[in-house]
Amino acid sequence: MLRIPCPFCGPRAEIEFRCGGEAHIRRPADPDALSDAEWADYLFMRGNPKGVHFERWFHAHGCQRWFNLARDTVGDRILAVYAMGAEPPAGLRREAEVRGDD
Amino acid sequence: MRRYSIFTLARNALTGHRDWPRAWRSPEPRSRYRVVIVGGGGHGLATAYYLAKEHGIRDLAVLEKRWLGGGNTGRNTTIIRSNYLHDESAALYDHALRLWAGLSRELNFNVMYSDRGVMMLAHNPHDVQIFKRHIHANRLNGIDNEWLTPAEAKAYCPPLSIDRTARYPVAGAALQRRGGVARHDAVAWGYARAADSLGVDIIQNCEVTAIRREGDRVTGIETTRGSIAVEKLGIVVAGHSSILAEMAGFRLPIESYPLQALVSEPVKPIFPCVVMSNTVHAYISQSDKGDLVIGAGTDQYVSYSQRGGIQVIEHTLEAIVELFPIFSRMRMMRQWAGIVDVTPDRSPIIGRTPVRGLYINCGWGTGGFKATPGSGHLFAWTIARDEPHPVNAPFDLDRFASGRLIDEAAAAAVAH
Repeated sequence: MLRIPCPFCGPRAEIEFRCGGEAHIRRPADPDALSDAEWADYLFMRGNPKGVHFERWFHAHGCQRWFNLARDTVGDRILAVYAMGAEPPAGLRREAEVRGDD
Repeated sequence: MRRYSIFTLARNALTGHRDWPRAWRSPEPRSRYRVVIVGGGGHGLATAYYLAKEHGIRDLAVLEKRWLGGGNTGRNTTIIRSNYLHDESAALYDHALRLWAGLSRELNFNVMYSDRGVMMLAHNPHDVQIFKRHIHANRLNGIDNEWLTPAEAKAYCPPLSIDRTARYPVAGAALQRRGGVARHDAVAWGYARAADSLGVDIIQNCEVTAIRREGDRVTGIETTRGSIAVEKLGIVVAGHSSILAEMAGFRLPIESYPLQALVSEPVKPIFPCVVMSNTVHAYISQSDKGDLVIGAGTDQYVSYSQRGGIQVIEHTLEAIVELFPIFSRMRMMRQWAGIVDVTPDRSPIIGRTPVRGLYINCGWGTGGFKATPGSGHLFAWTIARDEPHPVNAPFDLDRFASGRLIDEAAAAAVAH
């Protein structure tokens, strides 16, 4: 079980949280302009990296707030926690890009 | 291939079983193959076997990163059934079930397929309705599946508690009598031995590190044991499908989660069938070795860790103990996780990809073992003819763009 550092409540057990999946997927501004393939990419295609993964978590049984988290999917080590709407930490973003993730 | 029989067994017994030949060769990879299959699990080895046997392609290699059947093939709970809701899925899984029936004879290898019946428990009015809907849909597709009252379920599986005061009392069950289990390692080994005897090179400890393309066509791969030029490439790597797809330059609608299982200490035969419960989330059978084989759920986050959280198996064991109070003092011996490749509609992807000459078979998620022979059979057809077999045609990658999904989320045993 992960111990997740909620930015509002501090470290708590994973059972208090709900994982909201991959972060930074933006709803297309003009859905009508999208091809079927582009729409499928938004709806269904996922990075699923073996390495740094940026994901959303919800503290369901705590403060009831969402936040972003960066985690290494090989060993499940949590690398960073940052606010919803913020960009991932630059160093981790570079690491993900080098590996071709995201 | 030297055939296995009662006579070879007796002859080798006389010499203390010291002279059995190796079941398959261990060749060095060549620099060129007509077809390479990446992934030496059950599905990949079955694909190679049917490519060699039914399509005459012998210039063929299977590459395995570690050892044969060491991934999800060796980590699942070996449940076999075909009582899926939708017509496409029913056809797909029953295609496999029909192959299971004759597989030991086909491969000259005892895969220990045992059609002891798979019983799925209903615990509330919604379960009863959906299972009866499944039963009617299955009957229309010619697939056996029958409704049992709680008393009939108890008669079929005596350790089951049908106590009405339970937190989730048993309201009935759907039973597929042709369902059952098989020995997972034997499936990988049987296909490997049979494929090898047809000239297929099986290469272990060989990891693919890059996929070469010229324009939109695949031309070769880089591996930890050198470069290999290929005409066609089949990817059957379960949890690592996204990684291989990325090497080839396309994306998949897949997320990989650890799915856990565990086994108890071995005991004498006590459990006659397979029991699954989606609602309380447990599934259980007893292996021929005597240990209870128990399947738990997935973690809620994407991971390649092959571990899984302790709360997931706690949850399952609570359900097992309530359904089968007789097991409350059993000790659990081992726990592990496999990395399962889950698609948005919980149905697999078997077909062509945006890269010509590159084919993918993935997305079996939490229930791929049951499909092993059918999956290999259909994927071999798809690779050999460069077009899908009618049974796997609906399971293409394009369905995520067309929107023609095959939603089997309700049929999957594992709560996602």
